[in-house]
Amino acid sequence: MSATVEINFTLNGRKRQLTIDAGLSALNLLRDKLDMTGTKYACGEGECGACTILVDGLSVNSCLMYAADFDGRDIVTIEGLRSDKGFDPMQDAFVEHGAIQCGFCMPGMIMQARHLADTNKDLTYDGLKRGLEGNVCRCTGYKKVFDAVADVIGIAK
Amino acid sequence: MQVKPSGTLDEYLAPVTIEEAARALADGRASVLAGGTDLMLQAANGRTPYRGRLVNIRRIAELRGAAITGGRVRIGALTTVTDILNHAELAKAVPVLRQTADKFASNQIRNMATIGGNICNASPAGDMIIPLLALEAEVELASWDGAKIRTREVALEKFFTGPGRTVMERGELLTAVSFAVPEAGHRVRFAKSGPRPALEISTVSAAFAATCKDGVTTNVRIVLGAVAPTPIRARSAEALMEGAECSGDLAARAAKAAAGEISPIDDVRASAWYRTHLTEVFVRRLIEDVCHG
Repeated sequence: MSATVEINFTLNGRKRQLTIDAGLSALNLLRDKLDMTGTKYACGEGECGACTILVDGLSVNSCLMYAADFDGRDIVTIEGLRSDKGFDPMQDAFVEHGAIQCGFCMPGMIMQARHLADTNKDLTYDGLKRGLEGNVCRCTGYKKVFDAVADVIGIAK
Repeated sequence: MQVKPSGTLDEYLAPVTIEEAARALADGRASVLAGGTDLMLQAANGRTPYRGRLVNIRRIAELRGAAITGGRVRIGALTTVTDILNHAELAKAVPVLRQTADKFASNQIRNMATIGGNICNASPAGDMIIPLLALEAEVELASWDGAKIRTREVALEKFFTGPGRTVMERGELLTAVSFAVPEAGHRVRFAKSGPRPALEISTVSAAFAATCKDGVTTNVRIVLGAVAPTPIRARSAEALMEGAECSGDLAARAAKAAAGEISPIDDVRASAWYRTHLTEVFVRRLIEDVCHG
């Protein structure tokens, strides 16, 4: 028998109420229960950042977070960055800078970049490189990613 | 990809006070959830099977935050590594905590992981533990005795009994860690090694604390991580330095003594030989940094 828990939270601006298994990860809730597959499963142990989401404005690895802890929180996933007006400037910048190759790491990379832009007023180019340490990309070599983020934040290289 | 976790998970509670939490833990068949960054993986791989009830302590507001009062720093168990990194007063009074937090995992993990969790996970490589040992910190433990909250304090040095093992009883909850603000001139530094700066489980970590005044070294503390079943104090190296003149080859001799006090293992991250070598290099550099820097 597995314990269940009722959770109430906001997902990409919309209120949700669900009953879930207490041991379920936030990543499995998003991908397997809610069919929101923009958030990626890769390493499953917090090493790669592909599953990065925002919880109350802070970036976290959703593979390490208990979905039960969504209760009362404001969750934003990559799907939530797009609005009626179009893509988030961070998404556009990644496209313009050619920062994307296979694309698998990009949702996590963009969510972490969004977190950095939103929470660090005095971010430097070196600072954003440090801020993206928890996101692994096996194609691009990172340079174009850093340039895209620097462009959005408005910092010199 | 859903992994079936180990153990039993048949009840979930999210208490909002320490008393509620202590009551929920009292029968000893509960697992504590704080940041979750260790528990999620260790429940899946069988290292920490669920004990029946999952007690999510994240809603207990009184467990979060750090304060300095009466010359003592007290950090609530739920204070995240990011909280420590951003705490201006703490960074000023105890710079080594920010220095260590900055080297802790990644931004995403720092946003979740708590200081209490890092201590309770009791890894010999737990980064935040190393400077806290150099600061001679104590942990506060709370439990429910059937009628009221019982608390006790344990020196962090006496807290760990082996990898993943501590003196905590099953019904106990770690509520805070505290230590005296270092006196003026007492400097504490941290170093860790790994192939890359981020997300590295330390191959070797070390902290050094001392007051170097008028050419004499006092109040020496040398802490080493990932080189024994628990983080350790290198007592003979400390004794060699205490009251000694900080010049000549003192740093090199103390570093050699420290390397002689460890019991490292060969594993996937490094050989015992390499860990011994790193220990000597790290301790020597930290001493030179503190005493001559």
